[in-house]
Amino acid sequence: MRDFARLYQRLDETTKTSDKVSAIVEYFAESPKADSAYALYFLLGQKLKPTLPTRIIRLAAARSAQIPDWLFEETYQWVGDLAETAATMARGVSSGNPESLSQTVEQSLIPLLQLAGPSKRKSRTSASQKDAKATDDDRLASTLIETWSRYDSTERFVFNKLLTGNLRVGVSAKLVTKALGHWCGLPTDELTHRLMGQWEPSEAFLNALIAQDSSEASPSKPYPFCLAHGLPEGFSQCHSVSDYIAEWKWDGIRAQLIQRSGHTFLWSRGEELLDGRFPEIQQAAAGLPDGLVLDGEILAFGDNRPLPFTLLQRRIQRKKPTAKILTEIPVVFVAFDLLEHNNKDLRNESFQHRREILESLKLGNDPAARSLRCNEMFLFDHWDQMIQQRDQARAFGAEGLMLKHRTSLYQVGRVTGTWWKSKVTPYTIDAVLVYAQRGHGRRAGLFSDYTFALWDQDRLVPFAKAYSGLTNEEIGRLDRWIKENTTQRFGPVHEVPPRIVMELAFENIQESSRHKSGIAVRFPRILRWRDDKSPQDADRLDHIKQMLQKAQPR
Amino acid sequence: MSYSNLLECTRRGLYCPAGDFYVDPWDRVDHAILTHAHADHARWGCKRYLAARSSEALLKVRLSNSIDLQTLDYGETLRIHNALVSLHPAGHILGSSQVRIEVDGKVALITGDYKLQPDPTCSAWEPVRCDLMVTESTFGLPVFQWPETQLVIKQLVAWWHENQKQGRTSVILAYSVGKAQRIIAEVVRLCGVEVAKDMAVHGAMLGPNRAYRNSGIEIPDLPSAASLSSDHDWSKALILGPPSSQGTGWIKRFSDPSIAMASGWMAIRGTRRRRNVDRGFVLSDHIDWPDLLRAIDACRPETVWVTHGFTDVVARYLMHQGIEAEVLQTHFSGDESEPIISEDA
Repeated sequence: MRDFARLYQRLDETTKTSDKVSAIVEYFAESPKADSAYALYFLLGQKLKPTLPTRIIRLAAARSAQIPDWLFEETYQWVGDLAETAATMARGVSSGNPESLSQTVEQSLIPLLQLAGPSKRKSRTSASQKDAKATDDDRLASTLIETWSRYDSTERFVFNKLLTGNLRVGVSAKLVTKALGHWCGLPTDELTHRLMGQWEPSEAFLNALIAQDSSEASPSKPYPFCLAHGLPEGFSQCHSVSDYIAEWKWDGIRAQLIQRSGHTFLWSRGEELLDGRFPEIQQAAAGLPDGLVLDGEILAFGDNRPLPFTLLQRRIQRKKPTAKILTEIPVVFVAFDLLEHNNKDLRNESFQHRREILESLKLGNDPAARSLRCNEMFLFDHWDQMIQQRDQARAFGAEGLMLKHRTSLYQVGRVTGTWWKSKVTPYTIDAVLVYAQRGHGRRAGLFSDYTFALWDQDRLVPFAKAYSGLTNEEIGRLDRWIKENTTQRFGPVHEVPPRIVMELAFENIQESSRHKSGIAVRFPRILRWRDDKSPQDADRLDHIKQMLQKAQPR
Repeated sequence: MSYSNLLECTRRGLYCPAGDFYVDPWDRVDHAILTHAHADHARWGCKRYLAARSSEALLKVRLSNSIDLQTLDYGETLRIHNALVSLHPAGHILGSSQVRIEVDGKVALITGDYKLQPDPTCSAWEPVRCDLMVTESTFGLPVFQWPETQLVIKQLVAWWHENQKQGRTSVILAYSVGKAQRIIAEVVRLCGVEVAKDMAVHGAMLGPNRAYRNSGIEIPDLPSAASLSSDHDWSKALILGPPSSQGTGWIKRFSDPSIAMASGWMAIRGTRRRRNVDRGFVLSDHIDWPDLLRAIDACRPETVWVTHGFTDVVARYLMHQGIEAEVLQTHFSGDESEPIISEDA
């Protein structure tokens, strides 16, 4: 644990990419393969499941530090990081623990997580269920306190991060893969592909991963996704739009549909197998020729038009959707690229060529496979036409347009210069700050999570939360103002007098029965602090409802 | 229990009616007792001042040579009208005091800023038995538990040596009055006085350093980095600068500097990362959570007024422990501590 904790510390302490890469390379070089496999797994953002409920960590930390629960909560609210708060206050040794990472994982972490797993006990009454839960929590907390006592505070911190499945240490998957490449000598793109999908961290896996010849790949293995950049300003001045193929950009789940060896696999961009969640897509795909991989987007779809993202969310949450929800919220897979055909990897063919073969598949023509569609394609002669088309996106339920160069290959990750996205101009509204809460991570201890309200008659109705968009100076200024002007506290939430107006931007509006305001907005963020406006100048709730009506299908 | 004749909180600061004086007033008053020389405690423009003898040199550097300043030795008692006043070491910086005020047999203790950790540049904190204790709470959360100073200094020196190997200048951001001198004294104590040849300071520290030496604190006479020639070799140097020098032209003169900050706030990863420094050393001149409880325990007050920092949390905790506690609203901040402003931390 000591070496891995030290690696974490080194990665955390530097902002230089080269230092981070060499820290990881050194760890791989000096550690047993089994440890490197775990380190790789965690650094790539994978977690062991189930994770430990945070209430256990809170309970154990307050008990270990011998302080009341409320004091632990107050402290945590200020520190903004549960793993850190608990690690700092819990008792343990002062010098590191030399046991290996795999020992820590297999002998401390996994047993603890298994103990926390869903209880099989069935109790008759809810009272005894509650008692049993309290006893379980108690036992878990004791085990955790005992485990902490064997580590120093940095090790406890990293251990807690693994417990909650949230290691985040400022290294991207790309950077980790690059370091892996430096260490084993294989090209990064090849390693990225080999790392796709689900794998178990073990010595055997690591050996196969870094073997010079790739052994037989599993039929389920997806390709690394190609990602787009935002269209930079001034792009139209030096590029011709006719070199590009345009298509709608959808607000759904990016996914890869694989039909190989008689099986269908559906992968999300987060490299999770979506098996079972979208049976209509998998059924439709079963009729596709074997040895085929499609890249596309899963959308909730009704009346020949995409449904709001929140409806799709209800589908994602269900591992086995009921017949009722399948009828209520049907989904489709809109394909926009073809990565493999007749078992042949097409990623090094031009987009235009891939697109031609994709169209020859005539997706959606088969009445039994209505859940598969091919994304419509647009060709423009002038940039004006592109802008005009893009600005109609909302009427079609799209977010904007994608532009892909005709000759572009299907590359790994966010490569500059081939795929561009151009979103429709966002909605904007002036809203009043009503509540604030302290942030996390870099913004720990600072009030940086804000709730905004709009006028309904003479009342302010909260309608959106926003976290981003202000400069550090503005956050500091606002933080001081909130501290000096808090009128009431509801736990961590501070109420402030309605005096500050901000202009917010957001992507979409929809009706929502779960929100007091009756509406929900997508991706709200702060555009600017409107010092020049008084709260009375802020917008009314009616205004946003009118925006919603205008956005309804034509 | 009413302490209205002993101490009251006014718009101009803490006031003793029986003695007609203020402690660390934030306005110009006739008679001010100062706990220490930091700017948020020692304001310019009062008619008469009273402070510890060991703070004289520093106060005159910070305020003015011409102030009307009466001094007391630690432990010496002075009658002011109906109040008996004495000053006791607070362990915060050179000359820092706790103010003990006795009126009709009741005792109030105003701690000012204080710490219990040993510090070679000032007298160690002493417990004072009192009825009413006014304590600061800058780091009044259980997450603040200072590591041993010697350990931190060892880490700091190891970081310096590592930078030397790579030919990088080591720059430590630390408060100019108190923290800087403490670091200089501790580094020299650990490594020997000969390492001073590789050390330099920001110009803002020259005055305080001189005041420390004139008060008998043994720290080497370090040059201002700006006074050295422009082609000076910085690759082995350890430089101290105030936190405000980060990102200024002053720092640009050094070769590929590694920048560290020494402050109690460095105990928290979020504030450390927000500060954008390469390293954070947890070194504070304020009292941490365990010592705060220890100090209150040792002074055995019946009532505690909590000021400057996590006042709500500390007051609530003390009340749970059966100690009468109140939050003292001060001029300086709202209800909670402000890591961006309290740079003396």
